[in-house]
Amino acid sequence: MSETATTGEGSQTQSVEPRERRMAAFWRRFRRNRPAVFGLAIVVVMLLTAIFAPLIAPQGPREQDYALTLQPPGEGGLFGTDSLGSDIFSRVVYGARISLQASLISVGIAIGVGVPVGLVSGYFRGFLDEWIVMRIVDSIQAFPFLILALVIAAILGGGLTFAMIAIGIAFIPNFVRITRAQVLTVRGLDYVEAARAVGAGHVRIMTRHVLPNSLPPILVQTTLAMGLAIIAEATLSYLGLGAEPGEPSWGSMLFQAQSYLSSAWWMAFFPGMAIFFAVLGFNLLGDGVREALDPRTSE
Amino acid sequence: MAFLIRRLLLTLPILFIVSVVCFSMINLIPGDPATVILGPEAPEQAKEQMRERLGLDDPIVIQYVNWVGGVLHGDLGESLVDRTSVSALILQRLPVTLELALGTFAVSLTISVIAGILSASRRGTWIDYLSTGIALAGISVPHFWLGMMFIIIFAVSLGWFPASGYEPFFENPAANLTAMILPVFATGLRESAELTRMLRSSLLEELGSDYVRTAFSKGLSRRVVVIRHAVRNALIPFVTAGGLQVAGLLGGLVVTEQVFQLPGVGRLIVESILERDFTVVQGAVLTVTTVVVLINVLVDMLYAIIDPRISLSQE
Repeated sequence: MSETATTGEGSQTQSVEPRERRMAAFWRRFRRNRPAVFGLAIVVVMLLTAIFAPLIAPQGPREQDYALTLQPPGEGGLFGTDSLGSDIFSRVVYGARISLQASLISVGIAIGVGVPVGLVSGYFRGFLDEWIVMRIVDSIQAFPFLILALVIAAILGGGLTFAMIAIGIAFIPNFVRITRAQVLTVRGLDYVEAARAVGAGHVRIMTRHVLPNSLPPILVQTTLAMGLAIIAEATLSYLGLGAEPGEPSWGSMLFQAQSYLSSAWWMAFFPGMAIFFAVLGFNLLGDGVREALDPRTSE
Repeated sequence: MAFLIRRLLLTLPILFIVSVVCFSMINLIPGDPATVILGPEAPEQAKEQMRERLGLDDPIVIQYVNWVGGVLHGDLGESLVDRTSVSALILQRLPVTLELALGTFAVSLTISVIAGILSASRRGTWIDYLSTGIALAGISVPHFWLGMMFIIIFAVSLGWFPASGYEPFFENPAANLTAMILPVFATGLRESAELTRMLRSSLLEELGSDYVRTAFSKGLSRRVVVIRHAVRNALIPFVTAGGLQVAGLLGGLVVTEQVFQLPGVGRLIVESILERDFTVVQGAVLTVTTVVVLINVLVDMLYAIIDPRISLSQE
């Protein structure tokens, strides 16, 4: 027993330095990539906006003033007012909360299910992997992502919570596929063979050796999926299957704006720009993480 | 031939699971589907009739077999709202979606091939930066919002195109094409972004290869080397990416049709979901997904034609 513990500690001590060095090299490469740093800055600003929304927004997200409907930017606040007299800037600021929450929860669901399934399937391979898991993944991926999310949201009953779950479920196959592909590469490497040779069990090999070394592509996929989830939530809300029209979601603001395109361009412009910058931030961050993890991709 | 047969056989389990998922849609509704569809206040007799219409009283396997039997004969059931044939509804809406999809694909291919080649062959110049910048912005923008901006700029402010509406091509070709330009470009620009990035990166890889260096050292012009040699090889991953994009594109059209009020299959799906007309949703989703699966088979065949090593390696 004590021998195992010592071995475990020993291997940990051995890997501390290279891991720290790898992290430092990763950060050095990331920092040099200006678009990636810009992406990180956007994500941080979005996060701060979501946290400090009550301090930043001049009005509450549901405050309405019927005397001030459809005021253009400048006269009716920074981004103008909507058809109910709400301040669009305040709603866009609060919208960051809903978008971040939706992307975190949906991507969390996808990781929570997709990574363990991909890990076990890729590690054990065989009939279950080839004929059950991968065929199901193939079949689910045959459905257009948005249609799948729409149908799941419709079956579950609509509303923001169910929209987040629906987006999460629709993302699962991506995470299964990416995790499995990485696990297939890692499981045959020398250190995994060595762990098996010293008698480590399957669970220990998977959680201590295979999974940690399969994380880089999962991390990249997570960052990119966050951006996609923001667009998906906005789309479902725009179609009436996500946030309720009164909620300050960027998608439901666009739904509301649809009827005023000819008279109040600002109602559609600002929420859309917010979505654009949020997604751009996650995409730049994802590209930057990928290039910093594997410098060959930037060449 | 063996490659084609093998590829078609691999499609069967996928189509089977797709059919099971579509069939299960009604059975997966939490609670009693008849109550969900008709509302909790509906009389018990109406709910009973609905259960009978949906065949919910039969064992689930019998329900599936009956449904698949109908599907294989082109019968997708009838609408829960007005009893119209689902197949007829889809056939009526399909031309709009097909026209939109083909137009979008043509726009996205044209833009991505031009931008991808220019960007890779002039790496590090302003053309490259502009093209990669636009492509990056393109993948970050929700295309339905791009559609709304197009309506504001080109329909409302400039008055060049109608903001919404649809005329069938054979009834009024000019009005049809004018109405389709904005939706096609709004979706096509967005779709071209991913393809541009893909073509640029695979073309850059090819341009660094030994055979390209050899071609240059023989004294061939840059244009000949890029177009005749490098692009041809770079097209292989590009075709795959293009094929895979069809699924995303068809999904995206759901929302484009909503923005521009086009009466296509995507809008049919959204309208039916909002009306809880699940037999129509079931039929329309099955149709769209089957089209995606078959297009993927076609892409694989195309892939084998472009690169014969693929079919040989499978045999």
